[in-house]
Amino acid sequence: MPDNGAAKSEPAPATTNGAAAETKRQRVRMLISALGMLPVLLILCIGFHFLSEGRFFTGQNLGIVLQQAAVNTVLAAGMTFVILTGGIDLSVGSILAASAMAGLTLSKLPELGMLWLPVSVLTGLGFGIVNGALIALLRLPPFIVTLGSLTAVRGLARLLGADTTVFNPSIPYAFIGNGSLTLIPGVASIPWLSVIALLVIFVSWLVLRRTVLGVHIYAVGGNESAARLAGIKVWAVLIFVYGISGLFAGLGGAMQAARLYAANGLQLGQSYELDAITAVILGGTSFVGGIGSIWGTLIGALIIAVLSNGLILIGVSDIWQYVIKGLVIIGAVALDRYRLQGSART
Amino acid sequence: MNDPILEMRGVSKTFFGIKALRAVDLTVYAGEIHALMGENGAGKSTLMKILSGAYRPDPGGEIRIEGHPVRIEGPLGGRAAGISIIYQELSLAPNLSVAENIYLGREISRAGLLARSAMREGVGPILKRLGADFLPSTLVAHLSMGQRQLVEIARALHARSKILIMDEPTTSLSAAESERLFALIRQLRSEGLAIIYISHRMDEVYALGDRVTVLRDGRLVGSLDKPDIRADTIVRLMVGRDVSSFYKKDHDPDAGRGHPVLAAIDMADGHRVKGCSLTVHAGEVVGLAGLIGAGRTELAHLIIGAAPRTSGGLELEGRPIDIRTPGAALEAGIAYLTEDRKALGLFLDMSCLDNINLAVLGRDARLGWVLDRDKARERADRAFAGLSIRAANVGVPAGGLSGGNQQKVLLSRLLAIAPKVLILDEPTRGVDVGAKSEIYSIIDNLAKVGTAILVISSDLPEIIGICDRVIVMRAGHIAGEVARGPTSPLTQEDIMALATGMEHLDA
Repeated sequence: MPDNGAAKSEPAPATTNGAAAETKRQRVRMLISALGMLPVLLILCIGFHFLSEGRFFTGQNLGIVLQQAAVNTVLAAGMTFVILTGGIDLSVGSILAASAMAGLTLSKLPELGMLWLPVSVLTGLGFGIVNGALIALLRLPPFIVTLGSLTAVRGLARLLGADTTVFNPSIPYAFIGNGSLTLIPGVASIPWLSVIALLVIFVSWLVLRRTVLGVHIYAVGGNESAARLAGIKVWAVLIFVYGISGLFAGLGGAMQAARLYAANGLQLGQSYELDAITAVILGGTSFVGGIGSIWGTLIGALIIAVLSNGLILIGVSDIWQYVIKGLVIIGAVALDRYRLQGSART
Repeated sequence: MNDPILEMRGVSKTFFGIKALRAVDLTVYAGEIHALMGENGAGKSTLMKILSGAYRPDPGGEIRIEGHPVRIEGPLGGRAAGISIIYQELSLAPNLSVAENIYLGREISRAGLLARSAMREGVGPILKRLGADFLPSTLVAHLSMGQRQLVEIARALHARSKILIMDEPTTSLSAAESERLFALIRQLRSEGLAIIYISHRMDEVYALGDRVTVLRDGRLVGSLDKPDIRADTIVRLMVGRDVSSFYKKDHDPDAGRGHPVLAAIDMADGHRVKGCSLTVHAGEVVGLAGLIGAGRTELAHLIIGAAPRTSGGLELEGRPIDIRTPGAALEAGIAYLTEDRKALGLFLDMSCLDNINLAVLGRDARLGWVLDRDKARERADRAFAGLSIRAANVGVPAGGLSGGNQQKVLLSRLLAIAPKVLILDEPTRGVDVGAKSEIYSIIDNLAKVGTAILVISSDLPEIIGICDRVIVMRAGHIAGEVARGPTSPLTQEDIMALATGMEHLDA
């Protein structure tokens, strides 16, 4: 459209070279923030393998790691949506407990028992939407709202089972908690919990990277005012992300219930939100929103599971496990800061 | 007159290679009110910040106070040198009392405990001298804007400042409060203080100024003594530069005339915009001029539904239309380019591709939600070629681009919806000269194809260079319109007269 060739051609060569170098740098930077933690994961795995005298890389142990990572991966996927908008969801552990309680209670009714799984998931969705509505429509800070529901929903979870542990040894769909999907008969199988977790990651990736909604989520996290001026319905995006976080927490609750055949409103899911947040931050998602990927979250969740598993394998005491995990969280946030320094944000 | 209290000799300030102040010589005497004038961006606030210690001047200049060379450094440097500044946005803590605010940072304590009563007694005489009608123990939150200004002045006097700089002090005052302030300023002058009074308002400068100094493009272009203070002289000093030839205006302003596209009718927000009406026709470029704070951006926000309006409405192509969100405005074909592209426009961490496609993602999507990546790619490539956006590829984050290229990326997003109305708020702010002239020709080409364009700009030569007519706002109202006649060109003098309200004084 413009026709002033002079202004155009003069600085062009320098810019192209500079821009090419710049793109290369940015590619490297993106690679670092996407893969950043993958080398850490591999080093941890190899390190634990040697320290435990070869007990880490066994089919059985890897199966345990994947199974242990599953629920946290699902919660962390939901948390990724929320943190990408610059928010936080502290209530996922409580929602997980309430959903599991709701599901288990229903599963004991003979005629409705089969419905327990969708009811669990929808219970989680319901709590998530309430969180989202309070944040998006009343403009309350996410930290405060979800801190409140962390407490309130925990209370509701205890209420659901009259503050007792609910058992159901014959819960329908029990296979998702303890069964495995056989890939090659007799050789390789993968726990159903892990299959669900990987499906959740894949669906999250589709939504974040292949839909209009995904771009809107990144936009709201990157610059909320600009998103509003660009015509994005910010409130709808916020209700969606908290809804999906609740939904995944509900799914996590169902996974736990099927695995344990039981749920306790007081104990189930205690401080799960911290592991989920840690996984997201370890995965390179920026705490201020707008930057991050779901694959990073998967790696982050695996690091936490490997850390727990490996520390037990090499016989580190329970107490020191806490200390080491805490230091990992702080290290992760330090990495987040470092990453932001190099980003385009000025 | 006595010896100068403040002398600045050859003071310059450079920001990243851009000269904000060029060798300014300013002399201020005790017992005078020295008015400082200039267009937006002429260097007034830079000068003020050097005197306050917020900026350090380039080496080579000299500042003398009462004949002694001084170095003003750090936020307290100005106050230590005897200079106090009263900013437009007052810098008081509303949760503290008047006395606590006056003593802020220099509290009296006895044995480590705050001596509130001693502080209250300490400020009593000063408040009395200023004729204050409130107590030292009153919370600042309970005071009116005029009273808060008194507290600021009391703070300056309490610090024994000899030079008082006031930056547009009447912006948030009522007429009666302004009158009281003027009386107080004259009283302070008679007590021997030097007052540097920064204002855009001609009437205030007439009423108060003993001398007027005018800045333009970072240079001191002239000082006038009381008898020479005349509106036309000042305006000529303020604007006096040629309209350079790089503005592009080939479209025929009369071609589409008679077909109004956008009409704002009596729009108000109950605060900064007080009943504004304007019309933009197809194929026309209309300028919206005015000083900073005149309400231009606020009016644009009302038109696109980014701020709630208290009265008035819009007509689009002759039909009333109710727009309450920016999304609705985009859907109706009204696009707005924000003046603050980093805070309100771009997503700096997102790729240029996503930035460009953001407004049309839903329209392009398959099955309503699934991104059509080929279409997005194609659109971004077309925008890069059409607007000659210079970046390695469409995938790089927008934050890495230069100001001009960022602006073109943002403009591409708006053009993607093929707008009927395009509102451009400071379209060339922070943009280099080459990109500026490219943006002008983009605007010109859009007008040729019948887009109705409203350009908000504080750059008068720009407005004159690219607009067919100019609407001028002042203090939330439409002050008037300057039209281009066959024989009479648009002039900066006419626009500035409307913007500052001087046309009444000259009449």
